[in-house]
Amino acid sequence: MAADNSALPERKGFLGWLNKRLPVDAFMRDQLTGYYAPKNFNFWYFFGVLSLVALVLQLVTGIFLTMHYKVGEATAFDSVQYIMREVPSGDLIRYMHSTGASAFFIVVYLHMFRAFLYGSYKGPRELLWLFGMMVYLALMAEAFMGYVLPWGNMSFWGAQVIVNLFGTVPVIGPGLVEWIRGDYGIADATLNRFFSLHVVAVPLVLLLLVTLHLVALRQNGSNNPDGIEIKEKKGPDGKPLDGIPFHPYYTVKDLVGVGVFLTLFAVVMFFIPEFFGLFLEGPNFEPANALSTPEHIAPVWYFTPFYAILRAVPDQRMGALLMALSIVCFIVLPWLDRSKVKSTRYRPLTWKIALTVFVVSFIALGYLGLKPAEGTYVFLARLFTALYFAFFVLMPFYTRGESAARVPERVTYSSH
Amino acid sequence: MQVRSMGTPLLRMGLVLLAAVAFAGAATAAEVVVAGAADNHAAAGAEHGAAGHESGVDWQAWKAGNDVTVPASLQRGAANFVNYCLGCHSLKYMRWSRVAADLNITDKVLREQLLPEGAKPTDYIVSSFPKADAEAWFGRQPPDLSLVARARGADWLYKFLKGFYLDPSRPSGTNNLALDGASMPAVLSELEGTKIAVFAEHGAGHAGKSVERFETVSAGRLLPAEYDAFVRDTVNFLDYVGDPSQADRRAIGLWVVLFLMVFTAFAWLLKKEYWKDVN
Repeated sequence: MAADNSALPERKGFLGWLNKRLPVDAFMRDQLTGYYAPKNFNFWYFFGVLSLVALVLQLVTGIFLTMHYKVGEATAFDSVQYIMREVPSGDLIRYMHSTGASAFFIVVYLHMFRAFLYGSYKGPRELLWLFGMMVYLALMAEAFMGYVLPWGNMSFWGAQVIVNLFGTVPVIGPGLVEWIRGDYGIADATLNRFFSLHVVAVPLVLLLLVTLHLVALRQNGSNNPDGIEIKEKKGPDGKPLDGIPFHPYYTVKDLVGVGVFLTLFAVVMFFIPEFFGLFLEGPNFEPANALSTPEHIAPVWYFTPFYAILRAVPDQRMGALLMALSIVCFIVLPWLDRSKVKSTRYRPLTWKIALTVFVVSFIALGYLGLKPAEGTYVFLARLFTALYFAFFVLMPFYTRGESAARVPERVTYSSH
Repeated sequence: MQVRSMGTPLLRMGLVLLAAVAFAGAATAAEVVVAGAADNHAAAGAEHGAAGHESGVDWQAWKAGNDVTVPASLQRGAANFVNYCLGCHSLKYMRWSRVAADLNITDKVLREQLLPEGAKPTDYIVSSFPKADAEAWFGRQPPDLSLVARARGADWLYKFLKGFYLDPSRPSGTNNLALDGASMPAVLSELEGTKIAVFAEHGAGHAGKSVERFETVSAGRLLPAEYDAFVRDTVNFLDYVGDPSQADRRAIGLWVVLFLMVFTAFAWLLKKEYWKDVN
């Protein structure tokens, strides 16, 4: 984004000394008070900042958990109970972290859906979308390895299932699995390396990617529910006519969103931390046991759409391939969607139907991934897998030649 | 300024989500219908097999109905655990002193009535049952019960403790409705009495057995309602042990949620004030 060249305040004393050495005022001007965002953001635009809140929450609670958690096959499970029972407020910290993981995925999924809704992944924001997808991939790795750490029976068997998927890679598969595990089975070595990756490596990568995501966002500014570039309509002062300074307008607005989010978060965390077996699963209250497989192995809810796709295919190798492809589809989205129109508001009925089918399929697959793969569930999983892929694969065809005639010149906003 | 309001896309997406939820709901409903059909079938079979009797015992619908905020019930449950469970089962993540503090049990009562010989209040609650004997007698070591209520749920525990019936085919002479082939013997039969379960022909052999009726073989020391209360208190104690901070957490949580609601209300007023300028 072109820098705002409005004058910086004259500073004397300490602030003058500081600003001469560190561009505090210039940063505030460029990134907050002089950064113009479209004024017509709606409900869907809260989930970016909420993802950031969730990230910070996970980092801070994670630091405190690491002070008391004892990695290792013989100590991990016990140390989680030690945290829950003997560390002052340990139960609160642990539940903040476990609820935070699910909350993180909820806000990230809604954030991604916003991009589908208003075409935020379209040019010139393709790279912004790609960084976002890399954040999503890193988050999946982070969540998966974090889930193994309590060393409950579902941690163990979940890790078994997911790590074995790498065994379906042709030629190097078996060696690859052994290399990931560091042993011939999920064992102490696996737990130790997952801990290291979960608390050091992946968080560093996440922070870097989130920073890049934000830098790429600042480059072109936010999209908006009308999918119009506000920088194309500037006033005589060179400021976008439909833009308002991020600070104070969006900082106070986001504060309301954060308040609502934290309220809902607190309700879950304090009153229903297991969230009916979706956030914390019953079998994970039993220690890892290589001799006793849980009745049916299901990943945590945020992975179940992909898990349902994996199980919809009778052949494991094909299933794993299709699951990988289902994520690749997201990554190539900016090049699958050929429409020049960004916002669903001004796109034809075909797109609206396709998007609805996709959302229904994704949620349905998420539900089916929690259910045992038998009977009608298998049929439904195949049906929705087909619809899921149809949405992406057919996109270049059904989005071609969409007319931009209905797109307005200026954003739609009414102050009530 | 265009007429289109901010509400429309929201409304539209609301409809999309609604459709998705409706779908999931329909799928669940279909499942319930299928399950319901099976139940009716089983019930019909039961009536067929035993005309004149009531149509089966719906043991799978039994609920613990316990409340971890009632100290008296938890105290009775703790006493029950010490008298009837601790012989074999440990609560290895719980200290005696924590139980005493949480359940308002005085140090005197703790030392005189609950603590085993030689144990200190700060010790963990550990059974003195030797592992080798346990394995020789029951084929396995009795599981630690610290987290059983979290792994299986309070309702399951309630069904389990009320679900023993005579089964001569088992080494212990008894089996359990909630856990088929349980290696634990019916240690509470002194209180509950012993019973035979008459299975509906149709449901027998399935995972969820369909019981037509129970037949009492010998009466126990407690009346059925008293035994239910005994089980409820014991389950309540195990529920507490599974997550000993749960009652405190809910009490704090109420204030946190209230604070956040007030905070959000003020944030909203602040937002409204600032956004007056935007038009």
